[in-house]
Amino acid sequence: MIGGLFIYNHKGEVLISRVYRDDIGSQAADSAVFSSSGPFLGERLGANRRNAVDAFRVNVIHARQQVRSPVTNIARTSFFHVKRSNIWLAAVTKQNVNAAMVFEFLYKMCDVMAAYFGKISEENIKNNFVLIYELLDEILDFGYPQNSETGALKTFITQQGIKSQHQTKEEQSQITSQVTGQIGWRREGIKYRRNELFLDVLESVNLLMSPQGQVLSAHVSGRVVMKSYLSGMPECKFGMNDKIVIEKQGKGTADETSKSGKQSIAIDDCTFHQCVRLSKFDSERSISFIPPDGEFELMRYRTTKDIILPFRVIPLVREVGRTKLEVKVVIKSNFKPSLLAQKIEVRIPTPLNTSGVQVICMKGKAKYKASENAIVWKIKRMAGMKESQISAEIELLPTNDKKKWARPPISMNFEVPFAPSGLKVRYLKVFEPKLNYSDHDVIKWVRYIGRSGIYETRC
Amino acid sequence: MTDSKYFTTTKKGEIFELKAELNSDKKEKKKEAVKKVIASMTVGKDVSALFPDVVNCMQTDNLELKKLVYLYLMNYAKSQPDMAIMAVNTFVKDCEDPNPLIRALAVRTMGCIRVDKITEYLCEPLRKCLKDEDPYVRKTAAVCVAKLHDINAQLVEDQGFLDTLKDLISDSNPMVVANAVAALSEIAESHPSSNLLDLNPQSINKLLTALNECTEWGQIFILDCLANYTPKDDREAQSICERVTPRLSHANSAVVLSAVKVLMKFMEMLSKDLDYYGTLLKKLAPPLVTLLSAEPELQYVALRNINLIVQKRPEILKHEMKVFFVKYNDPIYVKLEKLDIMIRLASQANIAQVLAELKEYATEVDVDFVRKAVRAIGRCAIKVEQSAERCVSTLLDLIQTKVNYVVQEAIVVIKDIFRKYPNKYESVIATLCENLDSLDEPEARAAMIWIVGEYAERIDNADELLESFLEGFHDESTQVQLQLLTGIVKLFLKKPTETQELVQQVLSLATQDSDNPDLRDRGYIYWRLLSTDPVAAKEVVLAEKPLISEETDLIEPTLLDELICYIGTLASVYHKPPMSGPPLTTSSVQMGAVDLLGGGLDSLMGDEPEGIGGTNFVAPPTAAVPASLGAPIGSGLSDLFDLTSGVGTLSGSYVAPKAVWLPAMKAKGLEISGTFTRQVGSISMDLQLTNKALQVMTDFAIQFNRNSFGLAPAAPLQVHAPLSPNQTVEISLPLSTVGSVMKMEPLNNLQVAVKNNIDVFYFSTLYPLHILFVEDGKMDRQMFLATWKDIPNENEAQFQIRDCPLNAEAVSSKLQSSNIFTVAKRNVEGQDMLYQSLKLTNGIWVLAELRIQPGNPSCTVRAPAPTLRPWSLPFVPCQGVVLVEDAVQASLQAWLEPESVRSLKRTFLESFHIHPVRLPR
Repeated sequence: MIGGLFIYNHKGEVLISRVYRDDIGSQAADSAVFSSSGPFLGERLGANRRNAVDAFRVNVIHARQQVRSPVTNIARTSFFHVKRSNIWLAAVTKQNVNAAMVFEFLYKMCDVMAAYFGKISEENIKNNFVLIYELLDEILDFGYPQNSETGALKTFITQQGIKSQHQTKEEQSQITSQVTGQIGWRREGIKYRRNELFLDVLESVNLLMSPQGQVLSAHVSGRVVMKSYLSGMPECKFGMNDKIVIEKQGKGTADETSKSGKQSIAIDDCTFHQCVRLSKFDSERSISFIPPDGEFELMRYRTTKDIILPFRVIPLVREVGRTKLEVKVVIKSNFKPSLLAQKIEVRIPTPLNTSGVQVICMKGKAKYKASENAIVWKIKRMAGMKESQISAEIELLPTNDKKKWARPPISMNFEVPFAPSGLKVRYLKVFEPKLNYSDHDVIKWVRYIGRSGIYETRC
Repeated sequence: MTDSKYFTTTKKGEIFELKAELNSDKKEKKKEAVKKVIASMTVGKDVSALFPDVVNCMQTDNLELKKLVYLYLMNYAKSQPDMAIMAVNTFVKDCEDPNPLIRALAVRTMGCIRVDKITEYLCEPLRKCLKDEDPYVRKTAAVCVAKLHDINAQLVEDQGFLDTLKDLISDSNPMVVANAVAALSEIAESHPSSNLLDLNPQSINKLLTALNECTEWGQIFILDCLANYTPKDDREAQSICERVTPRLSHANSAVVLSAVKVLMKFMEMLSKDLDYYGTLLKKLAPPLVTLLSAEPELQYVALRNINLIVQKRPEILKHEMKVFFVKYNDPIYVKLEKLDIMIRLASQANIAQVLAELKEYATEVDVDFVRKAVRAIGRCAIKVEQSAERCVSTLLDLIQTKVNYVVQEAIVVIKDIFRKYPNKYESVIATLCENLDSLDEPEARAAMIWIVGEYAERIDNADELLESFLEGFHDESTQVQLQLLTGIVKLFLKKPTETQELVQQVLSLATQDSDNPDLRDRGYIYWRLLSTDPVAAKEVVLAEKPLISEETDLIEPTLLDELICYIGTLASVYHKPPMSGPPLTTSSVQMGAVDLLGGGLDSLMGDEPEGIGGTNFVAPPTAAVPASLGAPIGSGLSDLFDLTSGVGTLSGSYVAPKAVWLPAMKAKGLEISGTFTRQVGSISMDLQLTNKALQVMTDFAIQFNRNSFGLAPAAPLQVHAPLSPNQTVEISLPLSTVGSVMKMEPLNNLQVAVKNNIDVFYFSTLYPLHILFVEDGKMDRQMFLATWKDIPNENEAQFQIRDCPLNAEAVSSKLQSSNIFTVAKRNVEGQDMLYQSLKLTNGIWVLAELRIQPGNPSCTVRAPAPTLRPWSLPFVPCQGVVLVEDAVQASLQAWLEPESVRSLKRTFLESFHIHPVRLPR
């Protein structure tokens, strides 16, 4: 299991160090890398731990090469690391731990910290170090992750100190039963005057297209994010136009199947928040759950069939001699004319030896950004079924470099007000038998946003 | 309020100031001071001097302050065990607190204070907490048992905590169950034989119920535990699988991977004709693909696992090639792994797409990635025959880019393509030769030389090309030198008229001017072949070579099966199993195994068959012969010949004197010297441990890495009393040959880890092969005759032992004491012929014929037919011969006059090669 957890700033200074097991670090002393960690070696106490800490600094944070693996083995000790802005989180172990679990835990740790004090920055970590130690004590015991739901944690660990000392006995046992219970993510007795919920279907559409316009790979990875402000312990049921469900229901009339077949989508795979009853999904394919209070990610899914590609990019690159490139890029929007795409950005990479660029575009603004080696073309809004074009002349400096320019793909960013996968929310029913509000009383909102993921066309 | 002020750098006398503040009457000030102490501790300052003052703050109602003090205690208690006792009272009191959060906190912290004296006080509170009415306390106490076990395993057993922990598996609260499972699994790991977890259909059912209800982390603990269970039949396996599959939709990737592990393992038990089997296969693909949309670090873990899964069951992901296409922004580690999987999934159906992708990648920036992409193109050619032509033309395009490392990599893979499809693509040789000058990496140079040598008859200026390499012969790496030697000999055999001078030159460079035994050996063998029988030389050197197959980069099946059981864990990320057998300490050295194995495994699984030239002259049944054919002689000999007199030769086999294996300098004062013996059927390792440190040494333990003959300690290392400074003990450690097998380099290499209270030390040593000769190594006469005839001539090796003043009887009895038996004896023209046999512990037979003339016995050792017993790993027979030769030599020569022995080391090498100094006319 996890032997210790360290947080470093970008200089490699330790901000947080929590050791759960003695085994880490003792071997590291043999490693030659520690010659550079001189001042600590003299230290009698905690020398072992220090070695582990320093080994990571020397070998990973200060390493000259870029990170070649997120798991680094130094002197028989394994370091799992993730980076958030310029903060490094490292979990250290000597055992054959579940590696996936360690990374999931590190992400969770980031989420928990963000939920408590916002951005993960050196300042915030220093400002909250007592809180972080408290959290680490609670969510990791002897290296085993424990309940890490912020909803539950916030009931007894707060930034203002610990609540529990002024609680009644009932409150205490309520906390413990929530932390250990089946529904660890929601406490009882939540009350809202207005029961309301928001559903966001957020999709990112990914594309890799050949210069000839052939789709090399395309998929949508989507998330359904729910914000719930509901009283009591509501039972929710979520329905969407999942092909399997629709076909099952439409078995009655063949007519209906063919009709609904168009509107339904084939989901390759989906994963759910831990509140969803997985065995029920497995047997009946129905999504039922008691939601956490506030915002959470209900599900993630992936589709690869019948994706609506909102934009098509048609590149044309011509090399004119050794010192000039001519680039022409056409983009076509491919959705209902009544809808508007926003924040459109096309990024056309230029060679490193570019000396000057002339651009002409029909719509929006285009600029050559030397620091990014790219022409960036921005269009604020664009309706469906439209077309726009940019052409550029790129002057090149003559070089001796034998290596050809790698021609990175042209990438695109945008936001559209529909789900490129075709996913539709059919219903979200709420039942709370103990309280006197019904499904009709709940105010529900649904919104679809499709964004570009990695949307690239090779040129 | 900000806490960052505590991190501000401190001035001198800070400790003193803190001391004063800690003893202040004001609560707020105290708390501030403790925070400062913790901050100092975090950044690595030694604040242990404040121990009594901090502990004094412990008795407080302020929970926040209490937690801070606990944090301090956990860090420093070990250094101040006596003071730590002061804290015990508060803990015991807190364990009775009405607030369950405080009870849990106390028991949690107590377990983290690793001081023996405290553990005794911990038992009673822990017992109560394990039966606490509040689940939060119980789940904390469950983990505490594991903590206590780590400090004092005996205590945990004596106090009956293990039984209580087992009861918690039936607890009503899912989180308590999960933590109990985690604790039991960990404890069980250090007692592999005990039946602690006692998994049976009833308890499995409980676990599966808890699986639906507990936290994501708890689900991981339970799934990992389930994976260790062996269902009694296929029906049970199927019903468990059915209940585990819903987990594949969990948002937590670790839950998904652990579920995949259970399913992959239990699937083995299901019949392939079952409908359910097919359904399950189909269900596995989507979640694996979904893992690739996780964060990059998790993608990496997933990809390393998918790499194993596609080797085990390629059908699962065969249609999912596209998801492994590399994205421009992927981190490099994700890119490299994806590339690996792309090659594994490449098939005739998707090869066009794959090649187009690989070509794109070959123009990227990252050098490692580009190289791997080029290599991948070559692998595709070898794997999918229909694509070979396209691959070759793609590689030629890449060579035209003139990017140095691309060219070199391309040449290396083209060499492999030639080996797979001989006489098909030789038209490209001209293009390759154009790039001769730009090659600066040994591997590429060696590959080019191989190509020139192999196709010398079609390259007009092959002699010039090879000659150009010869100028800087001594500056080349061994790989290139060996290749050059072989290449020129091939050239000579093909075009003998104009290249005589060249071959003479290279033979003398290799034999006379080189210190490298590999090179010298190969040189002598060629020389002798050429001088005795040029026709035979041609047959041997230019023999038809076996084709290489695409399977070279696959993980060996038994290892793969083992790794499948470790899906999701570090072992699956490193592709190396954790150390087998009980760990040296209860928990610590697990991953040490990975390092110990270091490289060994990788080189074994190495992606390219090496030493292409070496294949020619020994023509063994296996395809690849390591280039280092001669290496074991050099190293093995020094052990065997460094003897002073006939030590212990009168009874039992020859015993070398003890040599220092681990010098005191390298092992913090522990010196280990030793030797190996074989007496009446048992092998033992005689060790001499000397304590050259100033500190008493205790807690000795020993472990071997996997090795060629499965040597393993048959009993624990028993050092009865602590080893005080300057004391020496002699220990005889019995060895067995039932350990796990892995081919080592050299063959008789043994890697050993020795642990004591100070540290774990690693060293490696070479064991004499004759300790592996078994007592029933006398082959039946008829069988001997039959086998002898069947051994192909190529497997034969011959060498001479000179100055051996013995008659046949003496030789025979001498050898018998080393378990080399005389099967038959005859006299031919005044010469005594002895027919000898011996058997290795792994069942391999070695046959030999000894011809004895007075004062000059010469001995022909014939290699075993390696089919007698299959090796679990690829085994190279001719290397075995060389080693056996050493052993025969050793047992014969052990009793020669001491003064002549030293010079024998030199003569041996020469006698082995029998002075071939004349060249063919």
